[in-house]
Amino acid sequence: MNTDTESPVLTGVSLDNLNNRFPHWFSEERSAAWSRFESLPMPTRTDERWRFSGINRISLQGYTTSLEPTHKEIEEALANSAKVENSAGRMVLVNDHVVLREETERALTKLGVVWIPISEAVTAQAGILREHFMAQFTGLGAEKFAHLHRALVRDGVFLYVPDNVEIEDPIENYYWVGGRKTAVFPHTLVITGVNAKVTVVDHYFGLEGAEDTLAIGVNDLFVGDGSAITYISTQFWPGKSLTFHFNSTILGRDSCAKSLNVHLGGDFNRAESVSHLTAPGGRSEMLAVTLATGEQEFDQRTLQDHQQPNTSSDLLYKNTLDHSARSIFSGLIKVEPGAHRTDAYQKVRNLLLSNDAEANSMPGLEILADDVRCTHGATSGQIDPEELFYLKSRGLNETISRRLIANGFLQEVFGRLDQPALADKLGSYIEKKFDLSHDPKKT
Amino acid sequence: MPTLEIKDLHASINGQPILKGVSLIIPQGEVHAIMGPNGSGKSTLAKVIAGHEDYEVTSGDVLMDGESILEMEVDERSRKGLFLAFQYPMEVPGVSIANFLRAAIQSRLPEGKELEVTEYYQQLYREMDRLGMDRSFTSRSVNEGFSGGEKKRNEILQMAMLKPRYAILDETDSGLDIDALKIVANGVNALRGPDLGILLITHYQRLLDHIVPDNVHVMANGRILRSGNKDLALELEQKGYDWILESAA
Repeated sequence: MNTDTESPVLTGVSLDNLNNRFPHWFSEERSAAWSRFESLPMPTRTDERWRFSGINRISLQGYTTSLEPTHKEIEEALANSAKVENSAGRMVLVNDHVVLREETERALTKLGVVWIPISEAVTAQAGILREHFMAQFTGLGAEKFAHLHRALVRDGVFLYVPDNVEIEDPIENYYWVGGRKTAVFPHTLVITGVNAKVTVVDHYFGLEGAEDTLAIGVNDLFVGDGSAITYISTQFWPGKSLTFHFNSTILGRDSCAKSLNVHLGGDFNRAESVSHLTAPGGRSEMLAVTLATGEQEFDQRTLQDHQQPNTSSDLLYKNTLDHSARSIFSGLIKVEPGAHRTDAYQKVRNLLLSNDAEANSMPGLEILADDVRCTHGATSGQIDPEELFYLKSRGLNETISRRLIANGFLQEVFGRLDQPALADKLGSYIEKKFDLSHDPKKT
Repeated sequence: MPTLEIKDLHASINGQPILKGVSLIIPQGEVHAIMGPNGSGKSTLAKVIAGHEDYEVTSGDVLMDGESILEMEVDERSRKGLFLAFQYPMEVPGVSIANFLRAAIQSRLPEGKELEVTEYYQQLYREMDRLGMDRSFTSRSVNEGFSGGEKKRNEILQMAMLKPRYAILDETDSGLDIDALKIVANGVNALRGPDLGILLITHYQRLLDHIVPDNVHVMANGRILRSGNKDLALELEQKGYDWILESAA
């Protein structure tokens, strides 16, 4: 490519400008991804992997990428990127630009942990980055948009935790977007060595006045043998946004991953999450909480991929839907030949707060091994009127009662985190979402 | 004297009449017990007073300190000072007792006034101690996985915290062993006083050994058939409900 490549759909995209920042191999892959993005068709109704999905809401028209953040935006982002009490550090990005990397008492560096922007890792950690960076696509239908991410990713967070290093306190990454019609491509890559332990938290937010964002995020976790990764993300992108999130977790021998994705923001949102249990003894816990209001749609696709014996996975997705919001859950438990003594669990629960809300659940099993235990189930229900009567009989009005019940319904998932400070923080995001959805200006 | 007055109350569910003219006056400071066989309408009376939407009041009135409450929402009645201790308290998964009660008390404060948190916890712990409830209860979800005794204690805890002017205790003794019954009864007795009128609904006389009523009413077929002092309960215990039913017939 000799000249700036102007995309027909995204304005301000300049692969060449970005390429100057990156080593040759990275740029080559970027160009190849762009070609694949262009050659792949937009989702169609006939594609089973987009069943029930409101694909007519997907349009890539008119977004701008890589806007340099203003001082005011940076200030606002920093002021609102509060650390939890026991934080090990925070990195703050605005419009895909790293604006802060703050480590608590150099605790991470002292342990040999590498926690740097991806734009640095491409040279400083070229070998390991190249081996892992977008090495696993989720393969659940939205590849076109994953390739777009690969082509336009500008920065993100690279975290490597060496063998036998255990970090108790969470590491937090804040991804902010500012302006209207801004496209961002947040990326978090976490890799652990052997017998390591770490907790990583990503927050995705819009700055004041941000609206109509295109966000395509990737967070990949490589859990080394005997390691444990806890990964939490909160998606609270601004209103009217079109968002895609891809989460791949690759688990080594006797390793353990726990991921929790909280979905609150955006307009049309597609989330694909995959756990590959690639060695015996791995265990993956896949959790999600969604609070959908207004006309939001959350399209969730998952895969629990058991490749080896004695692996286990436990998926719990809870969706609360109000107004005319929609959700789609399509999840597959796949047990490959030879993956004996697999223990896989999948549970989806939907709480419908309105008659116009709609939840679609499509659980699935594909079992090619013997001696496995797999269970799945999906339930949808409304608030029990007797429960409502009980709360109201204590003086709580209808709105507060319903909110308490809906909040309580989601708490079960937060209870699975053994991190009270983080659970509180996530709880406060849920409260904020409830406040917004009851503000007549916002609905 | 301030009273909770039930005036010739008729109520039905799905067109089926259950209450057929109940009249009762419960002054603040007194404990009135309603006894009666299963299906007599005791629990319906409790739910109608609290405002359960399944029941339709076809005639009559319920007055709290002279003001009709029948047009009020369930939550408004509660904030006005009415409390119902449930026979089968509902589970509220994911909502801790502390947060639940806090929200309930907050709902009684004027707009813009925030609950005094330190004071709240002091009071909560004091009442829990009185009911022999471990402090770990505060973080447990409301009634979830509670034993029968724990649920009933939790009802009385809420009553203590919300400080109603009139409380209806629906079969608060059901499902309790004697030790749990004594704890719950002690909790109720501790709340007795000139500012609280209690309507105690029970099937058995044994509760009245521990919470001694000022008046006893016998209910059957949706009506109060007889009223008397606490000795009426003992008489019922000896003679059974048939005696009243026959004499009424």
